Amino acid sequence: MKKRVISHLFAGALVVSLFAGCGASDDGKTEPSKEKSDTKGSVYYLNFKPEQDEDWQELAKAYTDSTGIPVTVVTAASGEYETTLMSEMGKSGAPTLFQVNGPVGLANWKDYCYDLSDTDIYKELTSEDYALKDGDSVAGIAYVIESYGIITNKSLLSQAGYKPEDIQSFEDLKKAAEDITSRKDELGFSAFTSAGMDGSSDWRFKTHLANLPIYFEYQDEGIGTTDAIKGTYLDNYRAMWDLYIENSTCNPAELAAKTGDDSRNEFLNKEAVFFQNGSWEYANLTGDETFTDDELVMIPIYLGVGDEADQGLCTGTENYWCVNKEAEEADIQATLDFIDWCVTSETGTKSMGEDMGFVIPFKSAVESNNLFVKQDAAMTEAGKTPVSWNFPTMPSEEWKNGVGTALTAYAADQSDTNWTAVVSAFVDGWASEYELANGQ
Amino acid sequence: MQKAMKRYAPLFIMPTFAAFLIGFIIPFFQGIYLSFCQFTTVGNAKFNGITNYVKAFSDSFFSHAFVFTVAFALVSIISINVAAFSLALLLTKGLKGTNIFRTVFFMPNLIGGIVLGYIWQILINCVLSITEKPLLALNTSAGYWGLIVLMCWQQIGYMMIIYIAGLQNVSEDIIEAAKIDGAANWRVLWNVKLPMVMPSITICVFLTLTNSFKLFDQNLALTGGEPNHATEMLALNIYQTFYARAGAQWKGIGQAKAVIFCIIVILISVIQLRSTRSKEVQQ
Repeated sequence: MKKRVISHLFAGALVVSLFAGCGASDDGKTEPSKEKSDTKGSVYYLNFKPEQDEDWQELAKAYTDSTGIPVTVVTAASGEYETTLMSEMGKSGAPTLFQVNGPVGLANWKDYCYDLSDTDIYKELTSEDYALKDGDSVAGIAYVIESYGIITNKSLLSQAGYKPEDIQSFEDLKKAAEDITSRKDELGFSAFTSAGMDGSSDWRFKTHLANLPIYFEYQDEGIGTTDAIKGTYLDNYRAMWDLYIENSTCNPAELAAKTGDDSRNEFLNKEAVFFQNGSWEYANLTGDETFTDDELVMIPIYLGVGDEADQGLCTGTENYWCVNKEAEEADIQATLDFIDWCVTSETGTKSMGEDMGFVIPFKSAVESNNLFVKQDAAMTEAGKTPVSWNFPTMPSEEWKNGVGTALTAYAADQSDTNWTAVVSAFVDGWASEYELANGQ
Repeated sequence: MQKAMKRYAPLFIMPTFAAFLIGFIIPFFQGIYLSFCQFTTVGNAKFNGITNYVKAFSDSFFSHAFVFTVAFALVSIISINVAAFSLALLLTKGLKGTNIFRTVFFMPNLIGGIVLGYIWQILINCVLSITEKPLLALNTSAGYWGLIVLMCWQQIGYMMIIYIAGLQNVSEDIIEAAKIDGAANWRVLWNVKLPMVMPSITICVFLTLTNSFKLFDQNLALTGGEPNHATEMLALNIYQTFYARAGAQWKGIGQAKAVIFCIIVILISVIQLRSTRSKEVQQ
């Protein structure tokens, strides 16, 4: 009898411990913003930029310290933002603040975007252009403005006998690049870093460089988006691409496997003069004091189209803040207060401008210490027109991939047939992808 | 005691059953339901009938991925199993250093698919670049054979261990009896050993078949589906549909593809299990 009692007890204990095990693992997974702080609300920001994770954590802490409102910042791993956002949005305690990359990204998330048109932060914007609109409502607010162009190593350029001022058009650039290539062995460096078409680098060409023919076509037509691109300036695009791949550090056939790191390292090791990239590279280039501000300059990407003398850097954004309208009322308000504080308070603007190195399109922004950003401002000051970012209007990621694959194939074998494939991916691909993306 | 066990059985089963229910049954049926919906997150699904299935079937990349996967599965199942079985035969002969070889052949299995994919990508690209062929990102056939080599390299060791266990179970008596009856080595292998290791073959073919169909990591890391989806297998195609495409309709289509995929894998493995099981003999 006693034995049975013991075995009953034992069995019971086992079962209890099993349940306890389940319970514990559940507790371990508490959602970041589940700790509801009564009526004050809380903020849960799903951050897109891993480079700035630490700065955001500090800024969030500073805000919590001064207001008592909990702010949780979670950063999605690089390239995993959509995936992370999707799973987080499905949970209770979903992010109250997230971001989309423009009209195409908005298509996924517009059902979740709180209309920001009556908010303080919207009124703080320096220009209407930095608001992402969905019909009449303001779905997103740009929080960082970036520029890209051709980052140039001034010392190498002068070794080759040129000054940055000598390059004012596509013809100038072509002349300099081809001259450097012809004296490559004597100089010991190439004109361009490898235009790698690996996934870590191909966006520089299938997206950023492809922006230019689109920009000039939009300018001609006087439009801001289109359901069918004509490809008017694709020959110029080809000429530029030829220039990149024929005057680079490596054989064009090897570009398929070259990565973004390869390209940056070539620039850091002073193996090439020109490096097409953006203001976000500033920290990588100056971080280990490889370069000082004096040695670097960013020149516009000239395509041989339009008024080249007055062309500026490509400046725009693909980072828009959106507020989750499915969140609790109090949380929405807390989030609005938080982002407003970020872009108006001294702590907030300083952190965004100096620590994160952002140029923020808000009235109380502090000056950034990013050289390329300053150059962009100086160029605009001098009356040059910045090239706007039109790639958020590209119909889909699939379109970019199609163009990227065709460009890679063309780089390996620069035949007219292969270029026809690029044109087809560019023009026909645009129409079919637009149809697919907006068909419903 | 017997009675007590019966009485407490439900209590013991419950935690595991609850976990199975929460972790498998419910998501499985929810997944099937979602494949008939248009949704962004699982919370806001809108029923839209069989539209997703129609679109999934009319997606040419999906059917291409299916053909590619089948072609990959056929070749890899045969090559992995033949190679693994031959190695197992060799390593049960009592050669010197058998244990070292078994360990060495098994080792690739311990490395993760993504890492393997990148290592092989570098290796294959080097070879292609030396021989002046188009690199992996532009080369469908190199991508196909690269995947096969990679999978063989990774899986042969594992299957070999299963075959070794099977071969060690074949009783010496039967082999001796066969030899006394005058059977040559080939005949012993063909008529005695093979039927006796049929259960191992069933398991190995099942594992390689399902692994080939579900292959994802290696595909993503080695070729990423390049050029232009030509080396994209079913799992990667579903993933890309679900995550890489912007727009409200794609999640549902991806989900529908996933359900189709699930049915295909179940069907094929059931057929395979039946056909190899029927050849198994009783010891």
